[in-house]
Amino acid sequence: MRTRDLIDETYVALSTNKARSGLTVLGIVIGIASVIALVAIGQGAQSSVQASIESIGSNLIEILPGAARQIGFGASGGRGTARSLTLDDERAIAQVANVGAVSGEYSGRYQIAASGANTNTSVDGVDASYAAIRNTAMDQGSFITDSQSVSLAKVAVIGPTVVSDLFGPDTSTANAIGQRIRINDLQFTVIGVTRSKGSSGFGNQDDVVYIPLGTALQYFAGNGNHFLSGIDIQATNQTSMTQVQNDVAALLLARHGVNDPTKADFSILNQADIVSAASSVTQTFTILLAAVAGISLIVGGIGIMNMMLTTVTERMREIGLRKAIGATGGDINTQFLAEAIALTFVGGGIGVALGWGISFVVTLIGLVVAQVTFSSIFLAFGVSAAIGIIFGWYPARRAASQNPIDALRYE
Amino acid sequence: MIDFKDITKTYGSGTEAYAALRGISFSINEGEFVAIMGPSGSGKSTLMHILGCLDTPTSGTYRLDGKDVSTMSDNELADVRKGKIGFVFQSFNLLPRTTVLRNVMLPLVYAGVSPRERENRATAALNAAGLTEEHFTHLSNQLSGGQIQRVAIARALVNDPALILADEPTGNLDSRTSLVVLDTLQKLNRWHGRTIVLITHEPDIAEHSERIIRLRDGSIISDEKNPAPRDAARETELYDDPA
Repeated sequence: MRTRDLIDETYVALSTNKARSGLTVLGIVIGIASVIALVAIGQGAQSSVQASIESIGSNLIEILPGAARQIGFGASGGRGTARSLTLDDERAIAQVANVGAVSGEYSGRYQIAASGANTNTSVDGVDASYAAIRNTAMDQGSFITDSQSVSLAKVAVIGPTVVSDLFGPDTSTANAIGQRIRINDLQFTVIGVTRSKGSSGFGNQDDVVYIPLGTALQYFAGNGNHFLSGIDIQATNQTSMTQVQNDVAALLLARHGVNDPTKADFSILNQADIVSAASSVTQTFTILLAAVAGISLIVGGIGIMNMMLTTVTERMREIGLRKAIGATGGDINTQFLAEAIALTFVGGGIGVALGWGISFVVTLIGLVVAQVTFSSIFLAFGVSAAIGIIFGWYPARRAASQNPIDALRYE
Repeated sequence: MIDFKDITKTYGSGTEAYAALRGISFSINEGEFVAIMGPSGSGKSTLMHILGCLDTPTSGTYRLDGKDVSTMSDNELADVRKGKIGFVFQSFNLLPRTTVLRNVMLPLVYAGVSPRERENRATAALNAAGLTEEHFTHLSNQLSGGQIQRVAIARALVNDPALILADEPTGNLDSRTSLVVLDTLQKLNRWHGRTIVLITHEPDIAEHSERIIRLRDGSIISDEKNPAPRDAARETELYDDPA
């Protein structure tokens, strides 16, 4: 039997009972479409989580003062409350190999007021290098400079959320420049507004006020206090992050005179760790979605098997006739298998289109930027072909193994 | 051309064993028109299956066109059926909702004949079976019983088989239509030299053949020439014009 004849016969057989073929195909369409759409949504969610984590800064290593554990059951302070990181630590870290930039941080929450309106938000004392480390871009004005930190200048760079909270939602960010604001009853001048970054899931990065680190330590930290609430380090590249993390840890342990690393009075957060932890969560979620969709695909496959078994019984005499005029068991097997595969392929094709459509609509509505990958399309096609073969095999085998005499007599 | 030697067929085994054929021998030459007759249970269906290479005998040898087909595998038998045997069934067995031409071309699909050649040969076979072009595009359920059986005869012819095996071809037809079908078979035999084996339980039908083999209980009880075969064409005329 030639391939063209096989295609021809398959078409005739399937188009004879359009409603039944259509409904059977629908099962596969739903299965494939849901696999593609759900995987696309899962992957979209994964990359959006990843992107928002990376927006915090690239190749970022964050050092927080730890809670030095007490021996026995003494109460420990919360992490970040301990006074263990100093400006000297920051300067020492800057000398470690592959450290691109370092910025100390002193932060707290204060009441901020301007022309009658007021808000309570996080005030971060930072160095000039902070903007580069945290990927903070400027919308208006300029960021804090090191000389402002040295001269204890009372200048502030504010986020767009703070602008609308203090000056009203309709105020353009340009108008905020030069305005006076009061932080904890001290007057500051706004010299810049940051570009919106959105929420990262770790607090709103737009609802923040940056002031020079020196100013913060001078006016908010109390008498001659040089303890920092954190140090941000940017490694020069992705591959050196582990090395920088290890070297910085060793340096700080030595500087603080701690011998046992488990008793360190600081903790180090590596951005890559956060990304991979978040990715593994979304990945698990994607796999779960795909598994649910996969079940519907299997149900669709069973629908195909059911239809093919019915068809074999209905066409028993046809099978007998075909065998009588010279078709071999192999010919019959191929024919019925081709019908099953054709059903799953048509279903697979429509399913890919539908899944793509669903992903597109989901993206359009703005739920999540769904990403249809070629690998998921290939996978869907492969799976649908495999389902056609697996679920078509038994009915085709059954058709092929019919004795022509019995098949011809079948009522 | 057909040579049956001591063919037996037993179903089941041990004490349950049932012998459908008990040692049958005969031969049929090319161009003969033979009727195999017998009541139901005489073994004529079993004989037809073996003759048509749908089944193999328990013992004995069956030579078709010089080839021993009695010990062949299923696939080899399918190959023999493809090239050497054309079947005409009592229940027609045309593919439903399929055109006449497609039905007739079906055996050529399995024989691997090219599409162009298929149409030529199907047209020739349909003409030989007494059907004209106007019927070619009809679906099989739009035809009368006599036309359907002639399409089936054309399908049996299209492979140019050594043997046409007609199993009760008139069993589902009225007498008038039966004559049309018998006429078609007689013409194929006389004009085209086709070898035809007709299996029937009706003496009226068997009398149209040149030779009648009678079976009873799995054995041949008579095998004789029919000195005066009935002519279906003339009977048809009488039918249409009783005066």
